[in-house]
Amino acid sequence: MTEAVALVGGFLAAAVRVATPIMLAATGETVTQRSGVLNLGIEGMMLAGALAATLGATAVGPWTGVALGIATGMLLAAVFALVVIGARADQVIAGTAITLGAIGLTGTVYRQAYGAGGAGLDLPTLAPIHLPGLSSLPLLGPAIFSQPAPTYLGFLAVPLVWWVLFRTRAGLALRATGESADVARASGVPTRRVRAVATLVGGGFAGLAGATLVLAQVGSFAERMTAGRGYVAIAIVVLGRWNPIGVAVAALAFGAAMALQFLFQTLELDLPYQLFLMLPYVLALLALAGMVGRVRAPADLARP
Amino acid sequence: MRAQGWVVGAGALLAGLVVLALGLELAGYEAARALGALWSGAFGSWYAITSATLVRAVPLVVIGLGLAISFRSGAFNIGAEGQFYAGAIAATWLGLHAASLPSPLAATAVLSVALLAGGLWIAVPVLLRVRYGVLEVISTLLLNFVAEATTSLVVQGPLQERQGIYPQSDAIAESARLPLLPGTRLHAGILIALAGAIVLHYLFTRTLWGFHLRAVGLGPRAAEISGRIDSRWTAASALAVSGAIAGLAGGVEVAGVSYALFQNLSPGYGFTAIAVALLGRLQPLGVLLAGILFGALEAGASAMQREAGVPAVAVYVVEAVVILVVLLAESLRRGGTTGLAAVAKRPGRAEARG
Repeated sequence: MTEAVALVGGFLAAAVRVATPIMLAATGETVTQRSGVLNLGIEGMMLAGALAATLGATAVGPWTGVALGIATGMLLAAVFALVVIGARADQVIAGTAITLGAIGLTGTVYRQAYGAGGAGLDLPTLAPIHLPGLSSLPLLGPAIFSQPAPTYLGFLAVPLVWWVLFRTRAGLALRATGESADVARASGVPTRRVRAVATLVGGGFAGLAGATLVLAQVGSFAERMTAGRGYVAIAIVVLGRWNPIGVAVAALAFGAAMALQFLFQTLELDLPYQLFLMLPYVLALLALAGMVGRVRAPADLARP
Repeated sequence: MRAQGWVVGAGALLAGLVVLALGLELAGYEAARALGALWSGAFGSWYAITSATLVRAVPLVVIGLGLAISFRSGAFNIGAEGQFYAGAIAATWLGLHAASLPSPLAATAVLSVALLAGGLWIAVPVLLRVRYGVLEVISTLLLNFVAEATTSLVVQGPLQERQGIYPQSDAIAESARLPLLPGTRLHAGILIALAGAIVLHYLFTRTLWGFHLRAVGLGPRAAEISGRIDSRWTAASALAVSGAIAGLAGGVEVAGVSYALFQNLSPGYGFTAIAVALLGRLQPLGVLLAGILFGALEAGASAMQREAGVPAVAVYVVEAVVILVVLLAESLRRGGTTGLAAVAKRPGRAEARG
């Protein structure tokens, strides 16, 4: 019995840990998409944030790494904003280019900084913080109350972003911009500034997500280490119906599907591990199909 | 207008190379030596042009041509990487069992089955879009991960080499391989790329379907109301064809270059081809040239790594700068309109003004 509890507790903890970077990136992308900007570059921003966090953590400490990660994500987001908002260029192409550039840049800088071998860095990471009392709860204790700081940041950001989006004037202006930029502009909303800010916020979250991946989950940097998590975050935004709460739930569910592979490893089932690698994506597809007719993107999404 | 397009392209390339040179100098590499290696690796000799640049360009052009079809209709297939792997898996499977077939027949069969596999792989997103309204951007993207995991699964399972040690397949039968240009590594896939560009030009300019694609890409509602075009069917068929062609590219890569299946067979061809299609303005000739340009950059990058110690991935920065500069120039020129639809909307502009 206690064994089963430990197993499930471990599974839940892994699920939350795996879900955290995706949840952070998806929360930021929700803000960006609600303003009408589809940012496929968050994959690259996450990757750049991950490397910046690695450099910062090695040089100074993990929190400097986190700050550098966020700043780098925002820097790339500023380039993206310049192209798609400043020059009204196509968002999908520009986002693809940003990700491509980030792969090249991180690969080059990483090899320059750490040599071709690379691995085996002694990286100071963010240790789990055990919340007094709460962390000794069965199941939920290890899953939710013994996590590294970025997980708590993520859980705080979700209601905050929800509140800003749906309960403040700024949020109303942002959503209006995403639904119909022309109408919003006619009623006095500075739509381009709104979109620029929303894009920067999204980039900052993506950078934080990358930093979290390195400093609170994996513990070292590797080339292309985000491995599509940024793209997954975009799918999570759709699954969460562009609502931060829904997005957080979708991210946690996706994290759980990814963590299943650890659970099945412990159970020693005789199945190819790749089946568990595919599972989260297949489930996401099924969930999307199940959402038929109940989901609608911001009307002006990806329209400059 | 046409001349101006060339100027923009050349300027963008120059900007990308300048950024690369500056970055390399800053990082302490010898920029001049690196750029020299980049050039000679891409165009320095007949062997470099055929065996490096064009071999790299073939998958980019083939996939890019298919994507041009889908993007013209406004459908965003972003899962070419997955369809490429689906085609490669199918081609390898048949190629391993094709020893008894005579050569042209075996190669044709291998490519056909790759085409079919790519089409089947994208059938799921097509179905999800038509039946449930699932955005194809998301569904095709998600299936990339499934395809990569499937590749990993088969090279450690049913298609693993006979000794069962390495995560890769055995070499496919000689008869299933594409003929090579003597003295080079350039394979007959280049003919498929060239023929594809010609066929596509005909499709886009001379057929009803080509017209429908553009009309639907311009505005699905308007196309339905004024042209009585079934926009759902048009976009779905465009998606399906683009997936099949990406699958074909996977088959060509196996039958012409690698002769075997392994993980990371594609260095991201499916993603780079998106940029190639758009940079080529969804025009067959444009896609061909953009594909050769990116093929040259990636071929040169390998030489740069060998001879100047610069990581080959650095060349992705050049590609990114090229794309961004072209985007900026385009939107400045038309006074800032746009979006994907606009790229699809304006393919005729060069001819109209030229």
